[in-house]
Amino acid sequence: MSRELFKFKGGVHPPEHKTESTSRPIHAAPLPKKLVIPLRQHIGNPAKPVVEIGERVLKGQMIAAADGYISTAIHASSSGTVVAIDLQPVPHISGLPDLCITIETDGRDEWVAHAPLDYQAMEPSQLRMQLRDLGLAGLGGAVFPSAVKLDPGASRDCPTLIINGGECEPWITCDDMLMRHHADEILQGVAIMRHLLGSTDILVGIEDNKPEALDSMRSAAAKLDFAVEVVAVPARYPGGGAKQMIETLTGKQVPSGKLSTDIGIQVFNVGTSYALARAIHHGEPLISRLVTVTGHVLRPQNFEVLIGTPMHTLITLAGDRDGTTGVLMGGPMMGVPMPDLDVPVVKATNCILVKSKELFPPLPKALPCIRCTRCADACPAELQPQELFRFAKAGDFGRAQEYHLFDCIECGCCSYVCPSHIPLVDFYRYAKSEIWAREKDKRAADLARERHEFRQFRQEREKKEKAEKLAAKAQTKRAELAAVPAAEGAAVSDADAKKALIAAALARAQAKKSDAAPKNVDQLTPVQLHQIEEIEARRTKIRELARKPLEPEEKNP
Amino acid sequence: MPSPFILDRSSVTQVMAWVLAALLPGIATYVWLFGPGILVTLSLATATALAAEAAMLKTRGYPVKPFLADLSAIVTAWLLALSLPSLAPWWLIVTGTLFAIVVAKHLYGGLGQNIFNPAMVGYAVLIVSFPVQMTHWAGPNELTSVHLTLAQSATVIFGGDVPRATLDAVTMATPLDALRTGLLQQLTVDEVMTHPIFGHYGGVGFEWLAGAFLLGGLLLWALRIISWQVPLAFLAGIWLTAGFLNFFDAGRFGPPWFHLFAPSVMLGAFFIATDPVSGATTPRGKLVFGLGAGFLTMAIRTWGGFPDGVAFAILLMNLCVPLIDQYTQPRIYGGADKEPRA
Repeated sequence: MSRELFKFKGGVHPPEHKTESTSRPIHAAPLPKKLVIPLRQHIGNPAKPVVEIGERVLKGQMIAAADGYISTAIHASSSGTVVAIDLQPVPHISGLPDLCITIETDGRDEWVAHAPLDYQAMEPSQLRMQLRDLGLAGLGGAVFPSAVKLDPGASRDCPTLIINGGECEPWITCDDMLMRHHADEILQGVAIMRHLLGSTDILVGIEDNKPEALDSMRSAAAKLDFAVEVVAVPARYPGGGAKQMIETLTGKQVPSGKLSTDIGIQVFNVGTSYALARAIHHGEPLISRLVTVTGHVLRPQNFEVLIGTPMHTLITLAGDRDGTTGVLMGGPMMGVPMPDLDVPVVKATNCILVKSKELFPPLPKALPCIRCTRCADACPAELQPQELFRFAKAGDFGRAQEYHLFDCIECGCCSYVCPSHIPLVDFYRYAKSEIWAREKDKRAADLARERHEFRQFRQEREKKEKAEKLAAKAQTKRAELAAVPAAEGAAVSDADAKKALIAAALARAQAKKSDAAPKNVDQLTPVQLHQIEEIEARRTKIRELARKPLEPEEKNP
Repeated sequence: MPSPFILDRSSVTQVMAWVLAALLPGIATYVWLFGPGILVTLSLATATALAAEAAMLKTRGYPVKPFLADLSAIVTAWLLALSLPSLAPWWLIVTGTLFAIVVAKHLYGGLGQNIFNPAMVGYAVLIVSFPVQMTHWAGPNELTSVHLTLAQSATVIFGGDVPRATLDAVTMATPLDALRTGLLQQLTVDEVMTHPIFGHYGGVGFEWLAGAFLLGGLLLWALRIISWQVPLAFLAGIWLTAGFLNFFDAGRFGPPWFHLFAPSVMLGAFFIATDPVSGATTPRGKLVFGLGAGFLTMAIRTWGGFPDGVAFAILLMNLCVPLIDQYTQPRIYGGADKEPRA
């Protein structure tokens, strides 16, 4: 089958390092004594705990429920006892701890009652709620709640469904191994997606450096009762990025600031599709995934890992070696350094990459930008990285935004090719975080100003009302006095009136107090909130890095 | 350290080293056709540039070794040396190099910050200040009766005692000079071209030198160290302007091939206008930059006060870079067709 492919602009081709971890079969990682399961493993609101400390939980039991539409549930990966619900180190770029549920496993690995779902008989919205409660999130890296992505919406439809088996980052092979060994289940998941989205054109994009995966997916696709086209795409980073995969396969570009569904295309990672099939056909929530453990280890390979397993157990399993210089979650282009190896494997953990001096030599010192525009040639977002760098460095964030800073996908191609070795992506992250912070400050300031203005207006109004009331009261009183000058009850009613007045004033004061308390300060979507939080956390760190001058004082060279 | 954690193997040093390597065919041709004097000029300019660069880095509190190792100072020195008359006196070479490195490069902020091409600034200062000394061009060996050795060339350059007759026998007007002088004497182009200095396309010897620079330039393009836009647009700017003028009055304006096959044009198109620091960065901007520089070169040659205009043309276009870049921003992935507002 030959399909016309399109070429996305930019991209790089770093050494692949895939074969290291594909020569060994997939092993199930053993059950750890303790599982630390973060409540925030997806984009959107963190899940809300529904268990208590001391409670016994079963494998697959929901321990935290989805909070809102863009959220998803969290489940116990094995049976045991909840021993803590507190802040624990998590695999996040900020290095900050986050709320986790810790389960001491009992070794029995006892399943909660679960059963397959008859998805074809179910109401789509109900099915999506089920998927949310089964904890499904995108396993390609963004961990966006899958239930949301499986909603074609009222007016939209998604004629094109793309299953992304690109896996363009060097070293990572978990999608490759999944496609080699579980092609049928991946395609079962595709059938469910097709059912929910009503897609007519279904494409599986796999980089041509994975011939085994291509074969296995092709033979599995041939057995289906609907058409799935498995397409080999040229291996070029970041060809597995959703936007790049869309362009390669369809020639279309997702308009800046829009979603792929706006042009009738939805994209899912192969791992997500597999998890979906497990959820529907077995009733299993998302409690494990494939993780590549590779780099500076004795036996690089892929493991089937329970969510919540500490990373160091996997490195030990793969054979740790002397001379380790650090560990990344993800690949070398977009991975995140792990501050601590006690952090658990989460839904987003596709790879644990152990670094050594030989495999990852320290990056050379940055020199000034010579505007050679290799970065612009390599940028898949077709930006002008050299200009963005200039603006970010100068603190000219307005200009950076004008030059489409927020279209940057932080793929790292620019930094990779830069002959001056400038950590360009850092500068963009820094600029983005500064812009977010400023917008937040501005919103807060606007709100404060509005409140202040309203307060002044209200005080004026109250003053006026009071004066009017007093005047009116004085008038009535005068009239009363004039009418019954010698009435005895006058004093009593006067005191009553005073009391009433005081009560009213108190009530007003109360009202004022509650008015002043900030309510619903931010009208942000959960995604934005999440992003802001992440960015806030990174900010301090990044700012330090970015503020560091490029040409420090002379050291001994 | 955040991502990415790997780099490809390119470096500024590597880029600059390739530029130097690409100049070697030109230098070899120069020595072969015009004598070894250029080697003295190159060495002197290099030494001056390195010393000035080191001193400036030290003064500005920058680490000296990594910045000297980037080779950018040597590139500037070579480009200036190749633009100077091959028998220019030593102090001219030193002054020009110093001005290029100290003023045009470091006083503007050093590597990556200079808005003007340093070598061209050095050249412009010299031709404005010392026009007479800037005519000490050695003629091509083919046409001169005396050929200087390396030692003799050094003696000339360092102001040693050289018989006036020897010097006169060696130096010669460049083809562009000859054309300009001839036209000023009311001769027609055809009459001027009977002068022995004129060869097939350009001048005798000079056309080969131009070809050697072209070869080096193509190497840089093949290695993707320079993009095709600037050189092609620059050459097109020259050719179209010269062709247009020549088409209307072949008696008063030189033929386009002659204008194209000057060493200064090839050096300018492939090595100087392509300087990334002082040039335009967007693909369309590079075309505008090149075309503008080509047109201005011809305008200066035709109506200006100097026989050649490459240096001034490039400096003038350097001035326009921020404007060009701003108005030629390319469309981004998924972007609308209209691009950033002013």
